[in-house]
Amino acid sequence: MADTLQFDLVAPERRVASERAIQVVIPGFEGDLTALPKHAPMITTLRPGVLEVFTEKGSQKYLVTGGFAEITSDRATVLAERSHAIEEVTQEMIEEMIAAARAAHREAKAEIVDASAKMLADMVAMGTRMGFEPKN
Amino acid sequence: MPSLKDLKNRIGSVKNTRKITKAMQMVAAAKLRRAQEAAEAARPYAEQMQKVMSGLAASSTGAANAPRLLVGTGSDKVHMLVVMTAERGLCGAFNSSIVRQARGRINDLIRQGKTVKILTVGRKGREQLKRDFNDLMVGHIDLSEVKRVGYDTARQITDDLIERFKAGEFDVATIFFSRFRSVISQEPTVQQIIPAVFEAPTAFSTIYSFEPTEGEIMADLLPRGVATQIFAALLENGASEQGARMSAMDSATRNAGDMIDRLTIEYNRSRQAAITKELIEIISGAEAL
Repeated sequence: MADTLQFDLVAPERRVASERAIQVVIPGFEGDLTALPKHAPMITTLRPGVLEVFTEKGSQKYLVTGGFAEITSDRATVLAERSHAIEEVTQEMIEEMIAAARAAHREAKAEIVDASAKMLADMVAMGTRMGFEPKN
Repeated sequence: MPSLKDLKNRIGSVKNTRKITKAMQMVAAAKLRRAQEAAEAARPYAEQMQKVMSGLAASSTGAANAPRLLVGTGSDKVHMLVVMTAERGLCGAFNSSIVRQARGRINDLIRQGKTVKILTVGRKGREQLKRDFNDLMVGHIDLSEVKRVGYDTARQITDDLIERFKAGEFDVATIFFSRFRSVISQEPTVQQIIPAVFEAPTAFSTIYSFEPTEGEIMADLLPRGVATQIFAALLENGASEQGARMSAMDSATRNAGDMIDRLTIEYNRSRQAAITKELIEIISGAEAL
């Protein structure tokens, strides 16, 4: 049996997933990162994106937005404000999220305008990656 | 002395009331179970959030540029009190005990010469506080359209609150809600959320690397932490409300039952008295002949 780590994906309203994983690909703030067992302890914020967890039974993708991940040598815990298994995601959900990000960008004050622009771009990229066609 | 017909009507109406309270009790019981499940489901997130936040807080409180949500504005002149109550009544002392707690706190603060602002969540608290503190109310969040309290609701309250904090409207924010202990016991609770307080700030036992920087993570996390606390409070409040309603309706049902028993005895007695009276009239009428 390969080395595994305990993977937990938690949303404010429920625990989305909790299982032993071989590796977890996390959309970190500065780029995707892969958590393997014995990873150095780290904490990163998330950008909107796709999280993929590999278990012995195969892999599962989740959409995650807003939150952070805590990685230690034997655990990867992801706290995401919104999180859905990729099968549950619909075009409407993506559009709604992008619309919200766009509205936030429009109203953004000068000091956070870059952050909100990145947020919007990440949202659109996430939609495209999942095979949805985000309307502009 | 009420007539027989009056008594009969009375018994009928109390029976109807008992049916209604019984139904309300059962509805509350079902809602309570759901509310408890929701509170249970939200726990892992809140715990994890709290753990990471207190770790981060311990290491960044000393920093000169520590976020204001964490260390406060350096003053405690203006207090924002967020009073969370239910949208509906008929739940025993649930709303009034939260309001009583808040009212005590408001008077204390005013006596100390602080400025108090009140933000109410839920109609009942607003109605009760408006009588005494109308000029202190700065806002109200209406939940009557919200079918199920979700994280979005908490987020909305938080955004409002943080917007006001950034605008310098207040220094300290406190929430008032009712913690759910059991069906028969709900505890009005006061919790300070801005600046953030941690029960026991513990530094991380392991050394983490941070991406992006620790400060940026903290800035991103703090509003989420506030939202999580508000969300947890909303859920606790929801469970407490249903619990309080359930026990209130249970005793109302029991009282209605007792009342029906008493009225039935009175009804039977006066019916018997009427019969006896009639018999005496007939007998004395017969004797007189």
